[in-house]
Amino acid sequence: MAREVMEGSQAVARIVANCDVKVIAAYPITPQTHIVQELAKMHADGLIDCEFVNVEAEFSAISAILGATAAGARSFTATSSQGLALMHEVVFAAAGMRLPLVMVIANRALSAPINIWNDHQDSIAERDSGWIQIYCESVQEVVDSVVQAYKIAENKNVLLPVMVCMDGFYLTHVYEPVEIPPKSKVHKFLGKFNYPYKLDPKKPLTMGPLGFPADYARLRKQLAEAVWNSKKVIKEVHDIYAKQFGRVYGDGLLEVYGDGSIALVAMGSVCGTIKDMIDKDELKDVCLVRIRTFRPFPKDEIVEVLKDRDAVVVLDRNISLGNAGAVYLEVRDALYDEKDKPKVVDFVVGLGGVDVNKATLNYVVEKARTVKSGHVEIVDGSEVSSSY
Amino acid sequence: MTMHEITVLGRGGQGAVTSAYVLAKAAFHDGKESQAFPFFGVERRGAPVFSFCRISDEQIKLRQQVYHADYLLVLDAALLDNVDVISRVKEGGTVIVNSTHAPDKLKSAKGINIHHVDATNIALKIIGKPFVNVIMLGAFASISGLVSLNGLKKAIDEMFASKPEVAKLNKKATETIYKSMKN
Repeated sequence: MAREVMEGSQAVARIVANCDVKVIAAYPITPQTHIVQELAKMHADGLIDCEFVNVEAEFSAISAILGATAAGARSFTATSSQGLALMHEVVFAAAGMRLPLVMVIANRALSAPINIWNDHQDSIAERDSGWIQIYCESVQEVVDSVVQAYKIAENKNVLLPVMVCMDGFYLTHVYEPVEIPPKSKVHKFLGKFNYPYKLDPKKPLTMGPLGFPADYARLRKQLAEAVWNSKKVIKEVHDIYAKQFGRVYGDGLLEVYGDGSIALVAMGSVCGTIKDMIDKDELKDVCLVRIRTFRPFPKDEIVEVLKDRDAVVVLDRNISLGNAGAVYLEVRDALYDEKDKPKVVDFVVGLGGVDVNKATLNYVVEKARTVKSGHVEIVDGSEVSSSY
Repeated sequence: MTMHEITVLGRGGQGAVTSAYVLAKAAFHDGKESQAFPFFGVERRGAPVFSFCRISDEQIKLRQQVYHADYLLVLDAALLDNVDVISRVKEGGTVIVNSTHAPDKLKSAKGINIHHVDATNIALKIIGKPFVNVIMLGAFASISGLVSLNGLKKAIDEMFASKPEVAKLNKKATETIYKSMKN
């Protein structure tokens, strides 16, 4: 299969068109706009045979695809930042109703101040919703993850919505070589969407009713277990996909790159820059531990790869205000029961589009060597000169 | 591994971003790995705009912005009054300016080579409009040898697939510049 140079957003639209999607509803917002624009164009040109619902805002976009999925139609939407915040209420409802939606998030900072650039605050703010979250390093991984997302979401042992997260601008606006798996092969991989509890006048059922305390708690427990148990399916789907399409992303949950005794833990496109530095031996004694699925959190897997390191340096492109970065808090928690646990420190980087460049990564690694475990620092860019 | 970084400087609306995209496509047609992206800003018509391209023999993993380019293309010489171009180029790098004459305001330093080409004039003659963003790549190809004229032509066809007349004129002007710089 041939690769082609195209924009990240166009690649998303092209793969969505190959996933046998029946309903698309989306509202444009920077930096997700080109995805919607391209899908709308392809629909107008007759290249996608589906309903394209023009909505007045993101709340309606996700409501429309929630309804469509409930009726048994494979659906798609995409958003960013304030758009995702506006969807918040329905994001939780979709998981609680066990509807296998797939949504691409073009990661962008949240207001205020208004900022259109990349960080992970928007999707991290939805981490407790019951959605599976996949964070991607490259455009190719976004393309492959969209296909995998439908397969994971629709698995009868999962039935959960999935967010595929791509860094705004870094991946949405980059042109790079990418292979779009052909429609026939993707259809074969995914099979027909056959939602077992779909709305059907012949078999009436109630969706999203009032849950009294005992029922509510039981259903939340089931939901929690479903998210935990989805790890197995995510790995299986990743492995089958790797066999058929030839691309591997760690074990599907976590990827380890290099073998240094200092582990840099990160998510998203910055992992490419870290890999480049490891390749060139520009970060002494450092390995990368890339978290691909933040939800479900790969707790056992991450303990296994981190417990024997000298230090764990977490890069958070988000912050849980009043405490620390979200990834750090979970990594530190995961290591709590280990006997000789490594030092764990947190650097909050790249907020609102500050470039996480080689100078930043050098700064972080050097600083990490000198500080105590538990050090939390927000790097706003003024610490490092841009003249790298 | 050899990787080259290219920065295109233009004004908002002049097509600096398209220029980097066409270059990435051209390099890929030549069998190389490539990556192009805009400076992540808010584009305003007339304001200085940067875009970037990386060309390499191996897979490109690096995703930071380009701080010091091997080659820097200036689409509008008047931008040299406001932008410190030299600080954005590597030691021994190359600057190519769209200008009728050698840009006297641009003082070479760090062993940087400075070239100029009257792209606006060629664009006006061949395309009929002052569209220099794509055709400046002809000068780049000629000076750097990093992309072929054929690769550029293929990329132009791809980029302007829905406007074959625009593609045809851009190819012609690109070839004209390419050959004029070879001489």
